[in-house]
Amino acid sequence: MDAGRQRGKTKGIAFELNKNAFLYLMAVPGLIVLFFFNYLPMAGVLIAFKNFDFGKGIFGSEWTKPIFNNFNFLFTSDTTFRATRNTILLNLLFIASSTVVAVGLALLLNEVRKKTFKKLVQSFTLLPFFVSWIVVSVFAYSIFAFDQGMLNQLLQWLGLSKVNWYNTPQAWPIILTLIMVWKSAGYNSILYIATLSGVDTSYYEAAEIDGATRFQQMRYISLPMLKPTIIILTLLAIGRIMNADFGMFYGIIGDNPNLYATTDVLDTFIFRNLRVLGDVGMASAASFYQSVIAFILVLACNRWANKYQNGSGLF
Amino acid sequence: MTSKLGAIRYSDLVIYAIVLAFSLLCLLPFLMVIGGSFTDELEIQAHGYQLIPGQFSLEAYHILFVQWKVLVNGYKISTIVTIVGTAASVMICAMLAYPMSLRRVKYRRFLSVYAMLTLLFSGGMVPWYIVCVNYLHLKDSIAALIIPYLCSAFNVFLIRNYFQSLPEELSESAKIDGAGEATIFFKIVMRLSTPVIATVSLFIALTYWNDWYLGVMLIDSSDLQPLQLLLRSIVSNIMFLKTSDAAARMLSGSLVPSEGIKLATCVLTIGPMVFLYPFVQRYFVKGIMIGAVKG
Repeated sequence: MDAGRQRGKTKGIAFELNKNAFLYLMAVPGLIVLFFFNYLPMAGVLIAFKNFDFGKGIFGSEWTKPIFNNFNFLFTSDTTFRATRNTILLNLLFIASSTVVAVGLALLLNEVRKKTFKKLVQSFTLLPFFVSWIVVSVFAYSIFAFDQGMLNQLLQWLGLSKVNWYNTPQAWPIILTLIMVWKSAGYNSILYIATLSGVDTSYYEAAEIDGATRFQQMRYISLPMLKPTIIILTLLAIGRIMNADFGMFYGIIGDNPNLYATTDVLDTFIFRNLRVLGDVGMASAASFYQSVIAFILVLACNRWANKYQNGSGLF
Repeated sequence: MTSKLGAIRYSDLVIYAIVLAFSLLCLLPFLMVIGGSFTDELEIQAHGYQLIPGQFSLEAYHILFVQWKVLVNGYKISTIVTIVGTAASVMICAMLAYPMSLRRVKYRRFLSVYAMLTLLFSGGMVPWYIVCVNYLHLKDSIAALIIPYLCSAFNVFLIRNYFQSLPEELSESAKIDGAGEATIFFKIVMRLSTPVIATVSLFIALTYWNDWYLGVMLIDSSDLQPLQLLLRSIVSNIMFLKTSDAAARMLSGSLVPSEGIKLATCVLTIGPMVFLYPFVQRYFVKGIMIGAVKG
């Protein structure tokens, strides 16, 4: 670019900022909040390579020697591998089951003609979305507790022996998936219902005349209509697969080491190192590792989303 | 003809049955916890949680009301955080969304990209925590429960998309009539955008009311515990009752209804949300639909 245009541009910036000064000033509070809570932490990933000293802050602390010192223990520990595996597998289970149930619910609700019934169902299925994970943990406990839990009562009633669920790690991937589906299906289905409500009704009328059953209409009209939404939402969810829902895991599992084998995820692992064990070096190295993989996944999934349907990615 | 009619009815029945079963399943834990909170402690210990209390008892609620100071404090913190946080956050998000939505703002793309990047990339928990504690000194204060969530790019984009759907000529003509930017924004744009503002307020209020991440990360003092955190400490440590004088005197010799208290606190935590739920649900569904129509 030549100097003349450069100068024109700088003048342009000043001119523009001056002309719309009030509008730019309006944006400032939001920009500042995002700067402190999003951008500064992004730069702060550097502490993974430092001996963090609270007195000196992120940028003032000394670099570690050797530079990857904080990572030594991270990659030799089985816990890191376990947390990574759990995070990815559980998230895959969550994405698959939530999508299937939410799409199913939307397809079925789309066939319901009675308005009041539809509304009632939506109210009930959306209700779990409104409660916190702590409340969910109380719900979960009342179902899975050893002595008083509903499930064990049911097992006893059926003549089976009770199971100590809070000491049975194998059961928890399924339990957590059920909880996730319970909490999010109603919410997730809204998007699909919105998509279906935009479908031209003449398709269904034509199908009806040709003698298609309700289920055939779902399978051959509604489901294909949802396909793009399903694919895009799934891809975007896969982009976030390295990030577990901390509130969920720490709320329901808490500090119960008996269940760590299948439920310890990266976020709880990092939290434990940071707040319980006070090992900032280890925690920051794990945090860095998580962010880097998440970064790559987000870029990749976004690319795929855009490839599948131009403009469907986030950017 | 009759067989076809029969087939339709049959499929209807199946559809209604599945949908109804799933919605009851969604409702079940709520009923169980409410039922349990009114059940006598010995009954819970002997027969477990029940939907309909075999032995009706208000003891758990009674003890919670004897302990009212703790509970009221939790309510107070949660209410302040939710109201102040929601008001401030909606304002900040709308004010950032507005210039992004205007074609006459030359650098609107920059603003959008700036916000978009925060949706995509994250520095993770540790740097975030250090920034909060070390740089911003957000520790053990009510501000720590509010400030970190003041601007969410997701909400900014929801609002921006709505603003973009308003005709820009509207503000142009107001400008010609001598209205300043502030008047246009507060008096015209914000008023026309009530649906999206209501929805986003709801999203934000829900986030603040149900949040306990900020509490776990940044609050150590028990005086600043919001309701969710209080419920958590009761869940993980029913001891607080046993150490309190009032409860001890009341219960001298008898059994502490720890299960009942947990369930009763849980009911009181959900209470306000469930009470408001029928009124706000409409906005909620509408809001997600607005979001679905990506701009």
